[in-house]
Amino acid sequence: MKNSLNKVIPLKQAIEQYVKNSSHISIGGFTINRNPMAAVYEIIRQKICDLHLYAHSNGTGLDELIGAGCISKLEIAYGGNGKAAPTCIHFARAAQNNEILFEDYSNYMMSLRFTAGAMGVPFLPTLSGFGSDILTKWGFSKSMRRSDPKIVDNKLAVIDNPFGDWAGASKVVLVPAINPDVTIIHVQKADATGTCSIQGLAFADIEQVKASKHVIITCEHLVTKEELRQNPDLNQIPFIHVSAVCHVPLGAYPTAVFGHYDYDSQYLRKFAIAAKNPDKFKKYQNKYIYGAKDHDAFLDIIGQERIDTITADPRTGYSVNMKRD
Amino acid sequence: MKTIQPYTPREIMTIMAAREIKNGDIVFSGTGISMLAAMAAKNINAPDSVIFFETGAIDSLLEELPFAVADPRIMYWAAANSRLTDAFATMQNPITGEKVIAILGAAQIDRYGNLNTTCIGDYHSPEIRFSGSGGGCDVASFVPRCIAFMQHEKRKFVKKLDYLTSPGQLEGNNSRQKAGLRPGGVSVVVTNLGVMRFDKDTGKMYLDKFYPSITPEKILKNTEFDMDISRATLADPPTKTELTILREECDPQRLILD
Repeated sequence: MKNSLNKVIPLKQAIEQYVKNSSHISIGGFTINRNPMAAVYEIIRQKICDLHLYAHSNGTGLDELIGAGCISKLEIAYGGNGKAAPTCIHFARAAQNNEILFEDYSNYMMSLRFTAGAMGVPFLPTLSGFGSDILTKWGFSKSMRRSDPKIVDNKLAVIDNPFGDWAGASKVVLVPAINPDVTIIHVQKADATGTCSIQGLAFADIEQVKASKHVIITCEHLVTKEELRQNPDLNQIPFIHVSAVCHVPLGAYPTAVFGHYDYDSQYLRKFAIAAKNPDKFKKYQNKYIYGAKDHDAFLDIIGQERIDTITADPRTGYSVNMKRD
Repeated sequence: MKTIQPYTPREIMTIMAAREIKNGDIVFSGTGISMLAAMAAKNINAPDSVIFFETGAIDSLLEELPFAVADPRIMYWAAANSRLTDAFATMQNPITGEKVIAILGAAQIDRYGNLNTTCIGDYHSPEIRFSGSGGGCDVASFVPRCIAFMQHEKRKFVKKLDYLTSPGQLEGNNSRQKAGLRPGGVSVVVTNLGVMRFDKDTGKMYLDKFYPSITPEKILKNTEFDMDISRATLADPPTKTELTILREECDPQRLILD
């Protein structure tokens, strides 16, 4: 009998099914860590375009998607990719040349916006950002916001504290909820129903997942339900939030997965250098992304030697004494 | 005559910032030189200070220097690995936020300690686009003390920011409080030339210390706005002990110092 809760499908199919042209999406991870890179590369291979990306600090995934021309609108707090690119190369160029529409927030604002979406409330308050240009400079114009039902009419709002000066605040900044069409995250362990166990920092993955209409999980290990149920305290995402589960070992490469592998600083540097030159970048894409039919084929090009170099030491969760560019 | 200092500009900057950190402080740190300053403080003058990252790791062991605030090296042997909402709540909540001192960098700073990490030129069509706020705006809004690390150049110490990413004293006097912010923002600026602080009443930057072989006039020459130098005194240079600990214990491979 087919278990209706078995959500395991190939990654290619999951992307085809849930990520459409003009979808509003978010991806998990932070700068050089636990970005769902296999899914990002699959989106690029499928040439999905006009995406609206909600990002706090998605470095590598963000910049590959912009470089491939998949993003037309971006709400973002931080576009940097560690030492290799203190400002993401494609992101900077796309902003400078008006290739994308972008709007700036802070990391807490973006995290709270996902939280509001996960909670089902229209906004949440914070004490961050008073007096800053984040409040006053909008990337999306009023008329554009009004004409697009998927974009909130106002960027942010400031109101007087309705409880007087309670908790020492006379005013609050309100940040509007985000409910992406689809969120994609990469985790260490998931079962076939979609329950997930994340090791190390969760960043804003949990809120992003719970705010989204559809959720694709890619995982290092596809484990039995029994294994995850033995330690429910270690599971952050219960299956009810999840649409599809894809088993993709090394699915965050070249970004890191705590306890499994480090970031590949050599690859990230190669990507940053290629990104600075359109011809070089085309060659880079043709070799590593379009030249590979899937993530396994991409990893074949990378080679076992690099994978061995970045493999995490079991004591520390990262590759000890690894040469880092 | 030019005298050769027994330390580099990076070393004196790191030590000056480390001296701002008190025992028991929770130090909000980025990577690079700010992380090194936090580690130097822990090893020299503030052994019970706690290093804390916006991604949610607190009191990590840091056997190796991390290259990003999401580096797996910060996740090892932390007191807790949480998440972004939790990390920022820790600073927004005054019970813990009052103990936080942040170390921030920026492309531009103005006389009121407001920071720009977003862009040069028009926001919508920038000449140069930078990474953006990240957690910078949040931290500068929430915590009482922030150290800004800057290279002291005219184009960075500007009359008017191209974009105000992280609030300092806004327009001075009590404008920060009026806008809805708690007391806080950048309280000290550490550069390769000296140390600046902000007047309690006006919120304006003044020169507090200049380094050996640097004159207040040189600092003014590298600053676009007027700055009070009447209170400035010569900085105590890094001691032998400070330099030894910094070089031998904090960054023996000189990953950041060089």
